[in-house]
Amino acid sequence: MIGLSDYLIVAACLFSLGVIGLFLNRKNVITILMCIELILLAVNINFVAFSHYLQDISGQIFVFFVLTVAASEVAVGLAILVSFYRNRRSIDVEDINTLQG
Amino acid sequence: MFEAGFFYLFATMAVVGGMGVVLARHTMHSVMFLIFCFFNSAGLFFLLDAEFLGIILILIYVGAVMVLFMFVIMMLEVNQAKLREGFLQYLPMGGMIALILLIEFIGAASSGIFHTNAIAAVGHFGKDVNNTVEIGKVLYTQYLLGFEIAAIILLVALVGAIVLTLRTRQDAKYQNISKQVNVRKEDRLRKVRM
Repeated sequence: MIGLSDYLIVAACLFSLGVIGLFLNRKNVITILMCIELILLAVNINFVAFSHYLQDISGQIFVFFVLTVAASEVAVGLAILVSFYRNRRSIDVEDINTLQG
Repeated sequence: MFEAGFFYLFATMAVVGGMGVVLARHTMHSVMFLIFCFFNSAGLFFLLDAEFLGIILILIYVGAVMVLFMFVIMMLEVNQAKLREGFLQYLPMGGMIALILLIEFIGAASSGIFHTNAIAAVGHFGKDVNNTVEIGKVLYTQYLLGFEIAAIILLVALVGAIVLTLRTRQDAKYQNISKQVNVRKEDRLRKVRM
């Protein structure tokens, strides 16, 4: 029988992978965005698991909102990335510290 | 038994996909691994009686967001080797933080709080319970304000993404609509005596 804690452990693994990815891929903005997606996915799995085991549908509503915000975050982030690439011809994070005003 | 097998399959594959995202050499491979991870997480959602969210995850995440990632990666001409520089430089600190987090989370998850009788006895819903209907009932009544705010956030993101990437090209030919509409016959037509 699969219990709540099994789902929580899977989500914890995905969350830690996302965190370690943020540290390892410090230069690549696209991978950083993907690691944030991974972290949000882990949170969503937690939400859905608690929603199921507590028999409360509100958790799934919040997953819906998290998905909405994550999708718009990715859209805006990638748009910033594209316009930055047009100006600098690079997406290196270390170049971004020269953006002023 | 059958369910447990599927749970372990989906869970293992999701974690493998997550590892692939972090470790893949090429960014495009990371996107593929993330798509894999999303598919398996959708499987986990199905096991948790959340069909609507599983479908949403596949349709919106795999169908829209990850395709957007792919488009951006294909559009930008990036030196992959340069982006991999210093990959292992932060491994000790990052690995330590992630490991501590993982141990804390697993310790909390398996501490036994989540094995109380009410939670442990939860079964699946019957065939007559429609997840989409249930979500709709709550979303359009109790969480209506949040739903509308989510709509506005999406609209703002849409406009923001367009504004950020829009550029007026100098070499393209544009119509001047008001000039076209306001033109009179005398401006264009000239009588020539033969």
